[in-house]
Amino acid sequence: MSRKSSTMSAGSQGGLPPASISMPEILKDAALWALVALGLSFPMLAFRTERNLALETALEPRALLVAITVAAAFFGRLLWRLYAHPSRPKRVLFPPLDLADHHKALAPRAGIVLLVLFPIIALLLTGQGGAIKWIDNFGVQILIYVMLAWGLNIVVGLAGLLDLGYVAFYAVGAYTYAIIAAYVIPATVPVLGPWAFWICLPLAGLLAAFWGMLLGFPVLRLRGDYLAIVTLAFGEIIRIVLINWVALTNGNAGIQTPRITFFGLPFTSRSGETTLADIIPLPGTPAVHRSIFLYYVILALALLVAVVTQRMRRLPIGRAWEALREDEIACRSLGINTVNTKLTAFAMGALFGGLAGAFFGARQGFVNPRSFEFMESATILAIVVLGGMGSLFGVAVAAIVIIGGIELLRELDWLKSIFGPSFDPAQYRMLIFGFAMVLMMAWRPRGLIASREPSISLGETKSISGAHVQEGHG
Amino acid sequence: MRWLRDPLLVVEGLTMRFGGLIAVRNLSFSVGRGDITSLIGPNGAGKTTVFNCITGFYKPTSGLMALSTEGPIDADAVATLTASSRRYVCLDDRMGSAGLFLLERMPDFEIARRARVARTFQNIRLFPGMTVLENLIVAQHNPLMRASGLSLLGLFGAESYKRAVAAAVDVARYWLDRIDLTARADDAAGALPYGDQRRLEIGRAMCTDPVLLCLDEPAAGLNPRESLALNNLLRTIRDEHGTSILLIEHDMSVVMEISDHVVVLEYGIKISDGTPDSVKNDPKVVAAYLGVEDREVAAVAAEVGL
Repeated sequence: MSRKSSTMSAGSQGGLPPASISMPEILKDAALWALVALGLSFPMLAFRTERNLALETALEPRALLVAITVAAAFFGRLLWRLYAHPSRPKRVLFPPLDLADHHKALAPRAGIVLLVLFPIIALLLTGQGGAIKWIDNFGVQILIYVMLAWGLNIVVGLAGLLDLGYVAFYAVGAYTYAIIAAYVIPATVPVLGPWAFWICLPLAGLLAAFWGMLLGFPVLRLRGDYLAIVTLAFGEIIRIVLINWVALTNGNAGIQTPRITFFGLPFTSRSGETTLADIIPLPGTPAVHRSIFLYYVILALALLVAVVTQRMRRLPIGRAWEALREDEIACRSLGINTVNTKLTAFAMGALFGGLAGAFFGARQGFVNPRSFEFMESATILAIVVLGGMGSLFGVAVAAIVIIGGIELLRELDWLKSIFGPSFDPAQYRMLIFGFAMVLMMAWRPRGLIASREPSISLGETKSISGAHVQEGHG
Repeated sequence: MRWLRDPLLVVEGLTMRFGGLIAVRNLSFSVGRGDITSLIGPNGAGKTTVFNCITGFYKPTSGLMALSTEGPIDADAVATLTASSRRYVCLDDRMGSAGLFLLERMPDFEIARRARVARTFQNIRLFPGMTVLENLIVAQHNPLMRASGLSLLGLFGAESYKRAVAAAVDVARYWLDRIDLTARADDAAGALPYGDQRRLEIGRAMCTDPVLLCLDEPAAGLNPRESLALNNLLRTIRDEHGTSILLIEHDMSVVMEISDHVVVLEYGIKISDGTPDSVKNDPKVVAAYLGVEDREVAAVAAEVGL
């Protein structure tokens, strides 16, 4: 084949290696790789410290290992350049999710039906014993994160304000419930004891919203990185206060909280109260009843967040949030008070975080500061970003994938039979999590749902490509 | 000479200093009610700085900017207001009601909301990820916010809010028609071609129902046909809506054709002020734009003894 014709065919069909790259160039490239491999492997592999029989530390040289690594890098690169076809057109592994309009409306609805039926399906498939794990560890756990991510989505996805301390509001909600239900109500009006959760739920939301506003004031003028750092610090401050204000929070030891009741009726009786099972003869154990009840409570709370968010997007305040994300200066030129707009976004996000926190406190039966570390904020933010900022459906799918994935890793105990008894798959979850994030960002940098639904339209509603949507400047 | 008889906006002794640089020095001019007023001058003359001061994006170092949404500006009323600590006096507290405003004391969003001054930007600032229609609806934020009962009524889907949205959509439709973008109402603003984006920004500013519309180089980057359409749009705005227009423009064909009043700045100082014809023939303006002739240079050199 002549040189000319092969170059042309490489350009047009992409099936052949480009002839324009010469052998010396490939060798040079492979040598460079070998050099990098040498530089990396020398400090890591060349010597091994060992205790000899005299209990002295001795260096064991391992030149062969280094040589093998360098050779592998050299020949690997050589073969890659010779036989891999870099001119092959890039395959799109994950084409954009451009569902047809009727599918778009259908997917969330089918999802909701599935969510409502989930406990029943789990019961039928796995029986009483297995169902608790699926309903509680998977269902409730995932829905808490869906709710948190939807709450954070208002701040990050709609208003474009990067908040790295969202877990602070979750903590405020959880501790509001814990302190009021465990200390305040028993000391003042013990009659209300069984109703503690329902009393604390709105209080937790309001207190968290209040703290959201308090955080909002100092960060109003901050943008981008500065905003992220201050919100990060706020999350840590709340956690450290929780650890150190022992008189109020019992520090690291945490607070035992009363269990959730079925609108006043306990599931299990501690001192002979009438339980739910006494009144309504239900099949199954009280633990199953409680799990199913918890599941429907968090499902209702999460759906409340979704409905309120969808409605707010069609209200002037929601449009102002999105306009703020798109261009803050233009907002001000149109008479929009950006201070109030930012504060309401922080407050709404915090409100939902607080509600989720109160639920968390009631579900765990125990709160301590370990549950509110920075890792939680990072996970919630990762869910929002992976889901596609602003899209409720995408965020919910991302929460299922990430939280469900982490929980699934705990299920992989059979791997011990392959890798030995000391292998714990759950230890690798951060590694896999990180790897999945890198892949996602490489293939779908705008998240799972990379388009935006307009809030109003004259004719047919058309999705807006993520290419036009701004990410906000903080 | 309407700008002297019935001014909408009076600027007096406006100075804006950035550290050691004086961008605008002791500038005084008036904008006549119902006029198209052009602010022209070479690059770096301080035109956009004046705009940013009027619309509250900069706080001027010193100076007075008084705007009366209805009725003439009464010097006594301005003096009384200046002596007080208030920012404005309104007939009643309803937003959009007639009143006298001291712009140098007001924050930017309040100038847009209460004094009803709208503006566009030299580098277009749309909401690119929102549709054309959404851009026009966001501009009606304040009336809609009131109608939604600070979101509470709207959250529960009150009829009054739905009616307010329908009214806002009607206003948007009207301006879509005027800026010739009805067919693209549901497209992302960021997807529009440049000329359309310029018109959309003007339409969006008009949706705030302003008494004064400040346009920063609206004809920049437009082809001759688009430029002509812009002239007609600006005349429509002035004649049918009674909105006064203050514009910065380099395109002299636009300026001279549609302006009622021209103010010329150079190095932050006003060098000429008058009708387009008088400004065109002002030797100072000619010198600022074209430089002085060699003969004059020689005369000046002789004068200083070179």
